[in-house]
Amino acid sequence: MESVTQTRKSEFSYRLKKLLSRLALFFSVIVVVSPALFVFLWMLSLSLKNEVDNIAYPPVFIPNPPTLDNYLKIFRESNYVLYTYNSVIVSGAATLIALLVGVPAGYGIAKGKAHGLGMLIMIARITPGLAYLIPLFNLFRFFGISGSLLALTISHLVLTIPMVVWVMISFFEDMHPELEESALVDGCNPWQSFYKIAVPLARPGIAVAAILAFIQSWNNFLFGVVLAGRETRTLPIAVFNAMTFEQLSWGPVAAAALVVTLPTLLLTIFVQRDIVTGLTAGGVKG
Amino acid sequence: MALANRVMSRKKGYSRQGVYVWFMAPAIVVILAVIIFPWIFTLWMSLNDWRIGMQSEFVGLDNFRALATSSRFLSTIPRTLYFTFLSVFLPVILGLFAAEVFHQKFPLRGLLRGIYIAPMMATPVAIALVFTMMFHPQLGVLNYLLTLVGIPKQLWVYSADTVIPTLAFVEVWQWTPLVMLIVLGGLASLPSEPYESAMIDGASQWQMFRYITFPLILPFLMIAVILRTIDALKSFDIIYVISQGGPGTASETINLYLYLQAFAFFQVGHASAVVVVFFVIILALSIILLFARGRLRWNR
Repeated sequence: MESVTQTRKSEFSYRLKKLLSRLALFFSVIVVVSPALFVFLWMLSLSLKNEVDNIAYPPVFIPNPPTLDNYLKIFRESNYVLYTYNSVIVSGAATLIALLVGVPAGYGIAKGKAHGLGMLIMIARITPGLAYLIPLFNLFRFFGISGSLLALTISHLVLTIPMVVWVMISFFEDMHPELEESALVDGCNPWQSFYKIAVPLARPGIAVAAILAFIQSWNNFLFGVVLAGRETRTLPIAVFNAMTFEQLSWGPVAAAALVVTLPTLLLTIFVQRDIVTGLTAGGVKG
Repeated sequence: MALANRVMSRKKGYSRQGVYVWFMAPAIVVILAVIIFPWIFTLWMSLNDWRIGMQSEFVGLDNFRALATSSRFLSTIPRTLYFTFLSVFLPVILGLFAAEVFHQKFPLRGLLRGIYIAPMMATPVAIALVFTMMFHPQLGVLNYLLTLVGIPKQLWVYSADTVIPTLAFVEVWQWTPLVMLIVLGGLASLPSEPYESAMIDGASQWQMFRYITFPLILPFLMIAVILRTIDALKSFDIIYVISQGGPGTASETINLYLYLQAFAFFQVGHASAVVVVFFVIILALSIILLFARGRLRWNR
């Protein structure tokens, strides 16, 4: 009899403990996620409210009624179509070129054990972005292409190539070498075994490298702020200018900020698992 | 297999190592142009006095001497280190906690993790602008939230005393997810045996964390510390957009100072010397941290 109550008791305390730890986890999750969630929701809220509500104090949290005026305004009154086009061209071209030269390079480094080049990319990673910008700025002036989309694209290669090469090295190193080796035995030359076997097998890796390089280039502000001309502004520069010229016009600024950042957030969904590989070593920041 | 390969490649007349140079050749050409050329140009220009539009003149180490006596430049160094310390220390603590949370199983975990890591993938300028609006002393939502819990309104980036912690707050908000992801990868790789025997021995949760989890994920934490240090030292977008180095020069970090010298005053020689010093600082800190990491491994 006594032992039965004991087990009941201990079962009860076990359940209580379990419930408490579930509650603790629940609160921890809320604490951890809410800062990120709050900022993005506030951004959305600002972009959907009219100007009166946006500068009201105490702040209005829920847009009532929500309005798309801010979005219409930025696309109608400013040249956001052009800036979006600029961003797509620069980031797209810089990513494409980086893939063309970076995928084979990653393969060469992984298979040929060229650690020197790998090391060089690590050093490129820790170098401040302005170290590239000052010489490139003068180089572009020398060739008379400063302020052009071409110059911007070339400068963005500093961001995209190390990213692609680094992600590809780790993918090719992880790949089982049997297939390519048997292809070599069967009489393929290394080039054939690369593009007929390694590249198709590394397709997921190439997709990750492309997305991470694209995001890196899309988000870049520093290079554009120095190199872009009036007509060649990329989206981050356009959004920044919107803020400086319209001090308290928060709705359009928030709408523009959301427009810039939405593509990167959507692309992130596809690369969640591989972000660490890309951001630890690839890509120059700051 | 390896032998067969070697024999075969001999027969075909190319060495296995040599052929891969051709795979790297296009990348090497581009890297020479956009990465190596800037390095050499910067090193050379750091020894010259050159203002854009003027004649350049070789001055030896004069630029470095000028830096060593420039109080404005020298004051950027402790400021940058302060910002970096906050932006490394806090994410490591918070990221460790977040990784422990996301290591558990709970409903909607994938979605919530996606939201949690969104800050580090979002466009920094966009983030900085939203924070600028949130920091507004009169109308900002953050001061409103503070008054709700009884804390007086803050001046945030409008006061020289709070501008660096405030900017670090944004940096922490943005980059803690990276630390979390690195640690989460570490947690996923942990063996389960030590935990099982610890459970049998009746170890508490805290003891298990302190004596098993923490030592095992320390190498991952160190990677996070090194990366965070490098990137926080170089942080630019957030500071430039939110405070432009102000008020006064209260948030002028090395990178901000460098930007002004290069693209507001066009002092290429002076700015190049700053780049060299800045690079040495980053390299030195990375090496110290790498060394610390080696020591940690050695001790285990």
